Amino acid sequence: MLLIHCPYCDETLPEVEFTYAGQAHVVRAADPASQSDEEWENFLYIRSNPKGPHYERWRHLHGCGRFFNAVRDTISDRFLTTYKAGAPRPELSSLLGDRT
Amino acid sequence: MARFNALSLLKHSLTGHKNWPEQWPEAQPRAEYDVVIVGAGGHGLGAAYYLAKQHGITNVAVIDKGWLGGGNTGRNTTIIRSNYLYDESARLYDHSVDLWEDLSQELNYNVMYSKRGVLMLAHTVHDVQSFKRHIHSNRLNGVDNRWLTAGECKEYCPPLNISPKARYPVVGGALQERAGTARHDAVAWGYARAAAARGVDIIQNCPVTAIRRGPDGRVTGVDTAKGFIRAKKVAVSAAGHTSVVMETAGVRLPLESFPLQALVSEPVKPIFPCVAMSNAVHAYISQSDKGELVIGSGTDQYTSYSQRGGLPLIEHTIAAITEIFPIFSRMRMLRKWGGIVDVTPDRSPIIAKTPVPGLYVNCGWGTGGFKATPGSAHVFAWTIARDEPHPINAPFTIERFRTGRLIDEAAAAAVAH
Repeated sequence: MLLIHCPYCDETLPEVEFTYAGQAHVVRAADPASQSDEEWENFLYIRSNPKGPHYERWRHLHGCGRFFNAVRDTISDRFLTTYKAGAPRPELSSLLGDRT
Repeated sequence: MARFNALSLLKHSLTGHKNWPEQWPEAQPRAEYDVVIVGAGGHGLGAAYYLAKQHGITNVAVIDKGWLGGGNTGRNTTIIRSNYLYDESARLYDHSVDLWEDLSQELNYNVMYSKRGVLMLAHTVHDVQSFKRHIHSNRLNGVDNRWLTAGECKEYCPPLNISPKARYPVVGGALQERAGTARHDAVAWGYARAAAARGVDIIQNCPVTAIRRGPDGRVTGVDTAKGFIRAKKVAVSAAGHTSVVMETAGVRLPLESFPLQALVSEPVKPIFPCVAMSNAVHAYISQSDKGELVIGSGTDQYTSYSQRGGLPLIEHTIAAITEIFPIFSRMRMLRKWGGIVDVTPDRSPIIAKTPVPGLYVNCGWGTGGFKATPGSAHVFAWTIARDEPHPINAPFTIERFRTGRLIDEAAAAAVAH
């Protein structure tokens, strides 16, 4: 079972309290009507799906109920960090540096 | 290729079955091929077989990063059915069931296709309405599927608990009798043997690290652990790793890779005569010919390449199974495993040409690719050979995610399947 740190509750809790909410930092266009079909496709459907560190959203459903972001390695499922929604996207180099 | 028949079995029994020749040779890559297929699972090996047999293209290599059939082909729960809602899906999956019927004879290899029937259990009014809609749609498409009352379900599948007091009461079910199971390893081995006999090279333990393109954008070959292999056409059939492979050619696809888990019990004598699925509580179960109960459900919630998955999902699955089949509550589970499945937003596959000339992809099968192995391989080979889709896979394009012409089996079933 994954143990996930909720940045709002500041507690590390079992996976079953959380729900996964897809890739993080997918920005909705400010003016949707101006988007081309290709831009809509990218926004709605195309995902990075990396084998390695993945920026993703989680929701502490059975806790504070809030959405937050995380960086997780999709090979080991190890969480590199979690951070509050709206916080800047952490640089990968700083996270990978922590591991050594 | 030495054919299997009663006489050859008898002959080899005299020497204790110690002198069978190898079923296909261990191939080393040549410098150039007409077609390189990435991924030696059932879909990739099958495509190589149909390329050789039906299109006369035998200068073909199938390359895999691991061993043959060691990915999702050897990790699924072997269920075969074609009771999908939409016309496009019904044609594709039923084409596959048509090919399953004769596959053992076609390949001279016993894939143990067993038409034991797939029973999908309805627990709520919504289930009943949804399944009856499926049944009507299926019958209009010539796909067999019929409605059973709870009593008839119990008759068809005796271990079922149909007590109205059950946590998940069974109010009826949809039965596809032509559906069933097959031995998944034999599918990979049978296609590999038959393809190799027609000149296809099967190259195992050789990861493809990149797809190379020329200055005109066309594919020129693949970089592998055993060096560069030139190819006129490259066809990717790499399941959960499709995104990773296709990205090296500059193609981004609407895919996400999730772990899908399965587990088996200790082997017991025959007790479970069919395949039973419950979409509402999300679990399915059958019994293998070895006697193990084979159990599965949906994917884990998060994307991953770990081929493991988490225990909470197993607990949820087993909780559902033991409620519907209380007889199994004391069974001991032997082992569990995971495979990485590539899921599209509409839960229908992509079998298509790509924007890159000479590059083809067969992906997005999500949690239900095994059943489609022969049909998918057949139409994929057609697409590669003729550089245009077969009428059956023509709707399963990449472009549908731009035009909005989805084949939305996700919404139709409301579960991963």
